[in-house]
Amino acid sequence: MTLETLQQYWWIVVSLLAAILVFLMFVQGGQTLLYTVGKTEIERKLIVNALGRKWEFTFTTLVTFGGAFFASFPLFYSTSFGGAYWVWMAILFAFVIQAVSYEYRTKPNNFLGQKTYEMFLLLNGLLGTVLIGTAVGTFFTGSAFSVDKTNLLNLTGGSNAISAWEGPAHGLEAVLNFTNVALGLAVFFLSRVLGSLYFINNIEHNEIMKRANKQLLINSVAFLVFFLYFLVVVLLKDGFAVDPTTGVVSLEPYKYMNNFLAMPLVLVLFLAGVVLVLAGIGITWLKDSRKGIWYAGLGTVLAVWMLFLNAGFNNTAYYPALDTSLTAGSAEWTAFMQSSLTIRNSSSSHYTLTAMSYVSLLVPFVLAYIWYAWKAINNKRIDEKELQDEHHSY
Amino acid sequence: MIGFDTSLIEWSRAQFALTAMFHWLFVPLTLGITFLIAIMETLYVRTGNPEWKRITKFWMTIFGINFAIGVATGIILEFEFGTNWSNYSWFVGDIFGAPLAVEGIMAFFMESTFIAIMFFGWNKVSKGFHLTSTWLTAIGANLSALWILVANAWMQNPVGMQFNPDTARNEMVSFWEVLFSPTAINKFLHTVTSSYMLAAIVVIGISSWFLMKKRDILFAKRSIVVASAFGLLFAVITITTGDSSAREMAKVQPVKFAAMENHYHGQAFAPLVAFGAMTPDADTAKKQNFIFKFEIPSMLSYMAFASPSAYVPGIYDFTYGNQEHGIPSFTERMEKGKLAIQSLASYKEAQKNGNDSLAQATLSVFRDNYQHFGYGYANAPEDFIPPVKLTFYSFRIMVFLGGFFLLLFIYFFWMGIKNKLEGKRWLYITAIFSIPLVYLTSQAGWIVAEVGRQPWVIQDLMPTMAAVSKIEASSVQITFWLFAITFTALLIAELKIMFGQIRKGPQNEGGH
Ligand code: HEM
Repeated sequence: MTLETLQQYWWIVVSLLAAILVFLMFVQGGQTLLYTVGKTEIERKLIVNALGRKWEFTFTTLVTFGGAFFASFPLFYSTSFGGAYWVWMAILFAFVIQAVSYEYRTKPNNFLGQKTYEMFLLLNGLLGTVLIGTAVGTFFTGSAFSVDKTNLLNLTGGSNAISAWEGPAHGLEAVLNFTNVALGLAVFFLSRVLGSLYFINNIEHNEIMKRANKQLLINSVAFLVFFLYFLVVVLLKDGFAVDPTTGVVSLEPYKYMNNFLAMPLVLVLFLAGVVLVLAGIGITWLKDSRKGIWYAGLGTVLAVWMLFLNAGFNNTAYYPALDTSLTAGSAEWTAFMQSSLTIRNSSSSHYTLTAMSYVSLLVPFVLAYIWYAWKAINNKRIDEKELQDEHHSY
Repeated sequence: MIGFDTSLIEWSRAQFALTAMFHWLFVPLTLGITFLIAIMETLYVRTGNPEWKRITKFWMTIFGINFAIGVATGIILEFEFGTNWSNYSWFVGDIFGAPLAVEGIMAFFMESTFIAIMFFGWNKVSKGFHLTSTWLTAIGANLSALWILVANAWMQNPVGMQFNPDTARNEMVSFWEVLFSPTAINKFLHTVTSSYMLAAIVVIGISSWFLMKKRDILFAKRSIVVASAFGLLFAVITITTGDSSAREMAKVQPVKFAAMENHYHGQAFAPLVAFGAMTPDADTAKKQNFIFKFEIPSMLSYMAFASPSAYVPGIYDFTYGNQEHGIPSFTERMEKGKLAIQSLASYKEAQKNGNDSLAQATLSVFRDNYQHFGYGYANAPEDFIPPVKLTFYSFRIMVFLGGFFLLLFIYFFWMGIKNKLEGKRWLYITAIFSIPLVYLTSQAGWIVAEVGRQPWVIQDLMPTMAAVSKIEASSVQITFWLFAITFTALLIAELKIMFGQIRKGPQNEGGH
């Protein structure tokens, strides 16, 4: 395969992992509903145990997404993680406190107390979703960083770091741009929609069911508001186009809209994703179906996946460098933009991408055993009786 | 570098050391106890004896508590390569990222899928399926160790790659060479088998506590027999692979080897200092500073090169050079390293200007000097001497305690099969105190491996000062304390929960 094909293949894989991650963040969304949907101790126990059997998949997907991004587009890993230090640290921190909370929450002598672990779960749900969404927003809006590989060869003193972030906030400044925040909030409310659908699907309990239905409605409306806002802004804004022959990055009006039009399959799948999310919500609400999570889940995966393909394909810089403090159109401003990352200038070598592609053939096999294992122990909804009989419960 | 922010490097290193050492408090138990649990469950399935199920479930509970915090501390490490060592991530991401990705795809999913069946599947899947899941959890955990250790070994002994001057970074040319480098094999085997030892000591120590309290005697005795047999087997392999690690180190990281032995002036028939104490200024003074030492003649030569007459170069020879043995000084290597860096810069410049002949000329200068590349970043030859005292003492702690645990396993195993474990208070106390000691041993191993290779992030190619991200030292300071406080709180929680569960002991249950 050519390098270009491999780069595209890996962008598809990394985007798919990101999309699956967003779907699996129903765990995070569910966590933020802990007190809203669970009013009694036993209800909260049901909720935590329902989520507790899934949280590791979300976590593992996040870690795998990180590893795959590192291996296939190391310049992104280097530039974004090293530069947007505070955003990533905040995200990681939110996941650190999650990992212990399920196991330790109700154990005797747990030092910090049950309430603290529940707070950890809420914090993880809130920060994890909002910050990841906001960070992904910068894929469309840009961040102020510069990349200069010759820094590595600088022996006159000073840093050898090849990338530098402007400003002291190290990534947290992304929250000052409302477009980013809108995506963050959209992801947050979407995760709550998915969380509600998951409860409806997975827990056998009348009160939880009722409250989850109510939350589904409220959060669906909030999700749609922020998501549509983000979508409209992005489709109408100027995007970061790359000249395929020279590699020069420039702003192009309606770039993201044009990308959809230039890649009709991406557009169709994106729209199908949105429709499926709505259908999942609709059949739950109108027809009392308990299968909404499957439609909404698949829809989420499709929509997010296609959004990433839009950001990276069709000669687009997926991680744009933009310094808004410079005068738009000035020479420095244009020069600054040239640090933008594209799937071409940030990827691994042909050899590594090829080796990794062989490894990726394992993915269907991995999915198959996950599926098989889950069917084996998840064929029944979780209820109070099961928790009483269970040796290992949270 | 001149004018470079050294506190940034120091804090970044401190943060990495802190998070890695915390993480390593939990990983080795996971690696070993999962296999012990799998063996115990196999005994349950084979014999149908419910006591084995009770035993299995108790150790599973202990494992679950440990596993959660292992996961919590682990996620930081993966991303820290990017956040704090961003230059490194780019310079070698082509090689280093692949093992991390494979780890996620192959190992983590396996572990997290089957762990769920292990914990929640008792009443839902067949005995055979459950047992298989337990084994797969253990294999998954150890597979993830494989990949990250391959990555670590590659930093110590960078093979299977080539520098691409056009992208100005290293690119992988052979995945198999990376995977099967002798350093990687030694490191994997030594690390996992030593972790099995650790898990065995933990199981024996906790079981001894039950014997001391005269509680759950059968449970304790059976646990001890399984753990001591397991520990004994793997203690032998740990020692063998430790020995081959040292030999390999003498070849590929001779400076680390010299530091580990505080071997200052090179010589043939070099003696091994079995133990000794150094003066407080030993790291800075330019001589071998022992207050006292106990030596085994010619042993170092033998250990390193399998021949008593072999010449073993010392720290002095590397720092100031030794013509007779063809060892260039650090100063010489620094000059060549600078030449490599500068010629690469000229190459880039010439290429940009379309000056082909100059580009070719500079490129060949670069190629000739590339093996010294990383030396170009430092100011003084002394920058390349790792902290000697810490490395020297840590190595001795590891080896002596390793020998002690071997004896302990033999004794416990013998007493266990003779059924003479009861009423031996001093033995119980020794076993209980061995738990903190085995953790110390394991951490000491990593100190040898990691402190001993300073200042290299990638041996000879990239020192810490060229690898670090461009952020304020104060930011790293804040995250350092954030992690220090959070992880300490979580550790306290973990220990308290763990002690609570141990006091509760193995549970009886109805059914099955
Ligand atoms: C008793 C004989 C032992 C010998 C000769 C030995 C030797 C070594 C050597 C030479 C290294 C450094 C390898 C490198 O830097 O590349 C090492 C590392 C290490 N050792 Fe040991 N060791 C022994 C026992 C133990 C024991 C008992 C434990 C723990 C229970 C242990 C745990 C470790 C760990 C975790 C590392 C770091 C990983 C690695 O570099 O392999 N060792 N050992």
